[in-house]
Amino acid sequence: MMTTQANEPIHQDMASILYLDGVSVSFDGFKALNNLSFVIEPGEMRAIIGPNGAGKTTMMDVITGKTKPDTGEVFFKGGIDLTKHDEAFIANLGIGRKFQKPTVFESQTVFHNLELSLKGEKGVMTTLFAALNDEEVARIMEILGVIRLTDKASDLAGSLSHGQKQWLEIGMLLMQDPDLLLVDEPVAGMTDAETEQTAILLREISATHSVVVVEHDMEFVRALNSKVTVLHEGSVLAEGSLDTVQNNQRVIEVYLGR
Amino acid sequence: MRITIKTIIVALLYLMATQAPAYADLTDAAKGLLSKSYSDKIQATEAIAASGDPQAANLLETLLGGDLYATKSDARLVSREKVSGGYQITDIITEEDLGVVESGDLSKIRINNKMRGLINDLLGRLTLLNEDPDLRLKAADSVFKSRPKEMIVPLRDALAAETDETVAGAMRRALAALNFLYGETPEIQAEALLILEEQPGPDVKSLLSAEANRMAAIQNPSPEIQELAKNVDTALAKVEEKLAMLGVVENVFQGISLGSVLLLAAIGLAITFGVMGVINMAHGEMVMIGAYTTYVVQELCRNFAPDLLVYSLVAAIPAAFIVAGLCGVAIERSIIRFLYGRPLETLLATWGLSLILQQFVRTIFGPTNKEVSSPDWLSGTWEITGGLALTYNRIAIILFAAAVLFMLMLVLRKTAFGLQMRAVTQNRRMAASMGIRTGWVDAMTFGLGSGVAGMAGVALSQIDNVSPNLGQAYIVDSFMVVVFGGVGNLWGTLVGALSLGVANKFLEPYAGAVLAKIFILVFIILFIQKRPRGLFALKGRAVEN
Amino acid sequence: MVDVINKSQKGPFVSLMTGLPGGGKTFLGILLVAALLVPLSNTLLPASSPFHVPTYLVSLMGKYVCFALLALSVDLIWGFAGILSLGHGAFFALGGYAMGMYLMRQIGDRGVYGNPILPDFMVFLNWTELPWYWYGFDMFLFAMLMVMLVPGLLAFVFGWFAFRSRVTGVYLSIITQAMTYALLLAFFRNDMGFGGNNGLTDFKDLLGFDLQATGTRLGLFVASLIALAFGYLVCSFITQSKLGRVLVAIRDAESRTRFSGYRVEYYKLFVFVVSAVLAGIAGALYVPQVGIINPSEFSPANSIEVVIWVAVGGRGTLWGAVLGAFIVNWGKSYFTGSFPEAWLYMLGGLFVFSTLFLPKGIVGTSANWIEKLKNTRQGNPDIGIPLPVKEE
Repeated sequence: MMTTQANEPIHQDMASILYLDGVSVSFDGFKALNNLSFVIEPGEMRAIIGPNGAGKTTMMDVITGKTKPDTGEVFFKGGIDLTKHDEAFIANLGIGRKFQKPTVFESQTVFHNLELSLKGEKGVMTTLFAALNDEEVARIMEILGVIRLTDKASDLAGSLSHGQKQWLEIGMLLMQDPDLLLVDEPVAGMTDAETEQTAILLREISATHSVVVVEHDMEFVRALNSKVTVLHEGSVLAEGSLDTVQNNQRVIEVYLGR
Repeated sequence: MRITIKTIIVALLYLMATQAPAYADLTDAAKGLLSKSYSDKIQATEAIAASGDPQAANLLETLLGGDLYATKSDARLVSREKVSGGYQITDIITEEDLGVVESGDLSKIRINNKMRGLINDLLGRLTLLNEDPDLRLKAADSVFKSRPKEMIVPLRDALAAETDETVAGAMRRALAALNFLYGETPEIQAEALLILEEQPGPDVKSLLSAEANRMAAIQNPSPEIQELAKNVDTALAKVEEKLAMLGVVENVFQGISLGSVLLLAAIGLAITFGVMGVINMAHGEMVMIGAYTTYVVQELCRNFAPDLLVYSLVAAIPAAFIVAGLCGVAIERSIIRFLYGRPLETLLATWGLSLILQQFVRTIFGPTNKEVSSPDWLSGTWEITGGLALTYNRIAIILFAAAVLFMLMLVLRKTAFGLQMRAVTQNRRMAASMGIRTGWVDAMTFGLGSGVAGMAGVALSQIDNVSPNLGQAYIVDSFMVVVFGGVGNLWGTLVGALSLGVANKFLEPYAGAVLAKIFILVFIILFIQKRPRGLFALKGRAVEN
Repeated sequence: MVDVINKSQKGPFVSLMTGLPGGGKTFLGILLVAALLVPLSNTLLPASSPFHVPTYLVSLMGKYVCFALLALSVDLIWGFAGILSLGHGAFFALGGYAMGMYLMRQIGDRGVYGNPILPDFMVFLNWTELPWYWYGFDMFLFAMLMVMLVPGLLAFVFGWFAFRSRVTGVYLSIITQAMTYALLLAFFRNDMGFGGNNGLTDFKDLLGFDLQATGTRLGLFVASLIALAFGYLVCSFITQSKLGRVLVAIRDAESRTRFSGYRVEYYKLFVFVVSAVLAGIAGALYVPQVGIINPSEFSPANSIEVVIWVAVGGRGTLWGAVLGAFIVNWGKSYFTGSFPEAWLYMLGGLFVFSTLFLPKGIVGTSANWIEKLKNTRQGNPDIGIPLPVKEE
């Protein structure tokens, strides 16, 4: 389950961690993604911006196996065809996803939320008889520290503040120890201080992982200090540093200039 | 004109009954009935038929029904009717009232089976010339069924005199059957065969196949018979083909009819479940309430305005809409609005409500079925050709379902309320900030769905028992239709209802009604696995939230 | 904090040994006491004693215990995994039919027609041979295997299709209802070979014990209690394990669980099959105690009623489901006996009342009150798993 299948074709672009080429998705005639192509290099942090309906969430759905593209190729780590697998398989391959709306297991404790996200065998029987070892407890405690929730470990996740839930979800992603993190609007509804801390947190994470961040908040994107891709009507409008993009005439027209 | 023809026929009949002595009039002819010997009675019967008296048919019918008596005192033929203190007797020929007698004063005129057959035949001939076209039609059909050889001539003459096209058609068919069976030359038989194959029906088919079998069994057939047998086979094949086609048409009609019943039952659900996302398990009870409203309206008409009774069904439509709609509004305001966003809880609460409503109706109206009568303008059938007849009430339900669907689409698409409703379902908060009273829209939407269910109840009262359990029978089916068609789409509901109805009717002949239903259920269960959001599902992200 | 970590570190076996959740020990204690006292009271005390339990009451309570096990099975999937089955009565009835078939074969030639092989209804239908699917049901062990296998297999096939295609929420509820409705129609047919409308009845004995004998009835009562205790332990084991936490995660946030790498459909399938098997066992114990099984057990209304037992007791609390089954069924017996007209009003009202005012059921709500009374700093997460804020 966890290993890639040997018979899959090895894509030429071995270096990339994520490779999208010509991906299109349409719903009832509406093209959510229109010939979308971009590449994420290993260890790269990428910010993706775009107006509402530009296809950001659909793009994440395609990468994580929730939506199958009508046409186009999606490869992970060079050779793994993501269009052939479902969400659970892709999650175990090493792609973590944070939803736009913070989604945690509200009626369970923060500790158990992290426990459930722990990397490892996730078969039914294994889970039925599972017991944590000291190493795993230590790992959970470490992440609790990273997301600043150590003293909330036995609180129900539902009792956390909005910002804390966002962090908990990021923590759950980290528990999966993914190679690629897809983070959808991590600072929506956060205070300025929290936003700042989140940017620091994501930069820490990007030191060891590839990260794709979808965000509206320009201050935050600037704080991330990464390459930016602008989506518009389901395809890439511009790509480059934030300053380059912000000075792009077409970008100003459709998005920033409004 | 008719009189002269009649005279000729009577004369012909007269000639055929060669062994019968000639009698002056009906009274004379009927005398033989008083005899103890059955052969005398048979003679008398034939003589009565031959008498040409207008009372002859009445006499024979009374005789056949076993209601003919003779007075012991003066041997008059009478019919009797029980009154207090004895029997009121009437002279069968003169229709003269003869007063009240005791049962001992009368002796019954008995008949045997042979006579019974004969009387039926004779009555058939007599009615071929009756003034009522319905009776003539019946007579022609009865000749076709019994096929007595001696009827060829009277039938041909009756046909020549016939003015009513329907009756003439039936007579032509009967005559063709006789000519085919007893025709003197192969040409006549072949010609008759051509007429028969143009009139396909199950009875023509059985006639032809019986004849084909008989001919096949003949040893060393003559060339003529071989030729005829070949023709019969071709005709039979043609008739069978046409019948199969009619069968398909019939199945489609029955299917559409069932489909429109399903549509009526499900269409209200398409609003409450499809548009609002409320699982209303008491939906069936809204239908039931509509049916009981129909009953109440009918009883009110019966007691206070008997003249309007025939229109009570029409009056019941708005009444049922209002009663069920108000119930719906009350349910929405008192229970459902507290449960929005919790579909499973809504399901349970409305189920409980359905139990209460059923028991409530049972307490008020009692557990037994209530009779809602069909007005005259809804009873009867529309016979398109032989073997294909559509009943008026089924046709009416199809039209009614179509009208309800049309009105509903109009309300949803063309009225301010429809606009507000769609606004609220798409974005509640935005709608609220635009000044739409969302609570009011919710209540009205639910009321609309329930009211439509109530109107479905009016239609169902015509074809189903009006009992407290009426709604239960339709709830599972209604959900199947909505889920199959795709939630939130009235066209989907229409297609879902019709295709399930037609599929059901096409499966029934092979599998039986129960098994057909099981197949359909299993099919839908599998279908939902394949397309969890139905036939006409909305796609994309909007659906997920 | 330490408690929380301990729970995950010890694993389900140790958790179950050292402490059952939310009054579980008390619950098992009550079952044990009932298993001892009821037979003693029935056999030793004179009929005049106020503490004497008459035999009819033993059977009635045995019936309730079977219902409690059924409620437990529904709670396992609804309370923990969020799967609302409106067709669980089907698994109960299938278990019951499997037991009924064994009991029919035990009648032997003592039937009205005296046919040693064929049950009476088959002789009546002029059948000459036993249908193949009746083979083996003369053997108790085979029949008991079928009691679990048939509902389990149906649940597996149905669940495999449904969960794999991600049919969730009310859609799932509706198709489970369609499933039991289809079975209801099927079992009404005489051709099915399960006695049609009348079902299976006129049972004589079970393993050689006369079903009418008091001793047999006491035995069945105790067997039902053991089955309930067993079911309770199985459910506790599952819900205490990490798998139990995955189920709750699925209930609260299915996509999140998927994106965390869990094959949600397998988890649902597992718990659905376990639940169906428990329901089948409940049905098998129910049939000899009431003496009949007929197609009406498949009716969708029955299955929905089971859900209300769970809702009244408190979903997600296991013994709350048991309590709910006892309370509602006791109420049903009482009202249908004394005020038959009022019962449906009561039952209907119960559905409405419990969803509107007791969303956590008796157990959940009273646990909340106790918590408030104690005014403790924070809730004990073991007393009932809190309900999700919003379903789906």
